[in-house]
Amino acid sequence: MLDSTILFSSVLNGLTTGAVYALIALGLTLIYGVLHIINFAHGAALMVALYAVYLLKDRLGIDPYAALPLVVAGMFALGYGLQWLVINRAGNGKDENILLVTLGLAIVLENLALVWFKSDTRTIDTSYALSTVAIGPAMIALPKVIAFCGALAVAAILFWVIRSTDLGRAIRAVAHEKQGARLMGIDVEKVYALSFGIGMACLGAAACFLLPAYYVNPQVGSGFVLIAFTIVVLGGMGSFGGALVGGLLIGVVESVGGLFLGDSLGQMGIFAIFIAVLLFRPRGLFGARG
Amino acid sequence: MKRDLCAIALFAAAVLALTAPADSGVWLTFVMMALYAGLLAQAWNILGGYGGQLSFGHALFFGVGAYTQALGQLSMGLNPWLVLPLSVAAGALAGLGMGGLTFRYGLRGSYFALVTLAFAEVFRILAGSVAFTGGGMGLMVPLHEGLSNMQFGSRRGYIYLLLAFVGLALVVTAWLRHSRFGAYLQAVRDNEDAARAIGVNPLRIKLGGIALSAAFMSVAGAFYVQVFQYIDPGIVFGPAISVEALVGAIVGGLGTLWGPLLGALVLHVLAELTRNLFGELPGISMVIYGVVLVIIVMFLPRGISGVGRSLGRRFGFKERIRV
Repeated sequence: MLDSTILFSSVLNGLTTGAVYALIALGLTLIYGVLHIINFAHGAALMVALYAVYLLKDRLGIDPYAALPLVVAGMFALGYGLQWLVINRAGNGKDENILLVTLGLAIVLENLALVWFKSDTRTIDTSYALSTVAIGPAMIALPKVIAFCGALAVAAILFWVIRSTDLGRAIRAVAHEKQGARLMGIDVEKVYALSFGIGMACLGAAACFLLPAYYVNPQVGSGFVLIAFTIVVLGGMGSFGGALVGGLLIGVVESVGGLFLGDSLGQMGIFAIFIAVLLFRPRGLFGARG
Repeated sequence: MKRDLCAIALFAAAVLALTAPADSGVWLTFVMMALYAGLLAQAWNILGGYGGQLSFGHALFFGVGAYTQALGQLSMGLNPWLVLPLSVAAGALAGLGMGGLTFRYGLRGSYFALVTLAFAEVFRILAGSVAFTGGGMGLMVPLHEGLSNMQFGSRRGYIYLLLAFVGLALVVTAWLRHSRFGAYLQAVRDNEDAARAIGVNPLRIKLGGIALSAAFMSVAGAFYVQVFQYIDPGIVFGPAISVEALVGAIVGGLGTLWGPLLGALVLHVLAELTRNLFGELPGISMVIYGVVLVIIVMFLPRGISGVGRSLGRRFGFKERIRV
């Protein structure tokens, strides 16, 4: 028999993982909402961010949490540059071409990492990796608690930027009606690049929260990207609130599903949700009517 | 149609002429793998190019074909030639099933791409979790060379077999270009609402397209089993197969007769070249492959066959208007 303490801590663990999933999905949903492209390079970009965090800790001794501004800024620049210089030019406005370009970028990034770091799985050592925090009857690893709070904080900042700043208004305008926004004097190409940059910056933050309790290897991104797709579809493509709730939900489903069915069939739960949502409610739980 | 059929016959004759006298195993393997990649791209092109549905999960049909082909021999003890039609039927059924679920709910574009991806992943996990597929260990078909067993001692036998499949795919594609069904399929691709308004049933047409596409994909899966004699869930249901199929078709030129073959050939040559030049360094060859892929998309937005068309126009060949 399962006792409720195990279930409780499994749910809490799921929520902490889910918050990081949500952060990754927020980046994806922002890029989808504004540019209307599925960024297949999202997982590879997360992998790049994880390696950045790893190198900063390993070579320069910078703590992952202290590295956050640096990694976020670096990922923003990478995203801005990729959209401005590569995706924008190569896409020619055709869906299938944009899809191929992001796919090509993913291949390049993953294999560059393979050349550089070989396929070894790497981790970092921190003094707090094994510390735990007692929440009710459950013991949760300290890095996971920090990840949960940090991811929610970053999400809150992102909400504020989108809702209340001029940049956010421009982004929403472009997402909603590109031509109209252009006529109002918004530089659409620049908003595209900024949105892509912000989407990648979310990955930078996610990487800083993830690595103390996780690992990095060249293929690490592919597992996350499928989950992120699921969350984005579940929450409604382009919906921020949906991505947040969807992320937490998927985290809990994965954790509790793994408890009952074992890890590999626990993943099935995620895909079952994914397909069910796509079939019966394709606009997602929180997506706009369309 | 007649001109297309003549071109297809010429192509088959050229492949035969290039392989029949050859003895080099490297050359024969090269031709075989290029044709195999071409078959994947052609299968994807039927739905992606003519139907306009960008699938990211064609590995599903490949895997269903491959597992049927392997299990038909292993569990039911059937002759591979007898299993092949079953594999194709299973693949087409899988296509109808997935199409029925997705098209009925009006999923298009990005949603369709994602749901197909998810379906293939579900099958990958399922095939790795249940017992009769051999789980994660995969399935091994015993080696018994011989024509009656569809296993050949030389690559040449496989090439002739593949050539038949590729030729059939070319004929079906040519038929799509000239038949009523093909015209409907392209009409639905270009404007579904307008097609519906003139009395086309988009659901039925798209189901036909996905079943055809899936059938050829499962042929490729069955072929894989016969050549390599070993499959596991990651190989046949993994995203790599879906990607190989769609990349070849898009790079070659969507919705063209020869584009997918051309694209698959160019990419195969590229992969072989980089592997030979930088083989000892893992990853380098794939980095170059990815860079060239981006460059091709950047500079040839209509695919490689689009270049031929615009060159042709420049030199005054008239482009026929097809209805």
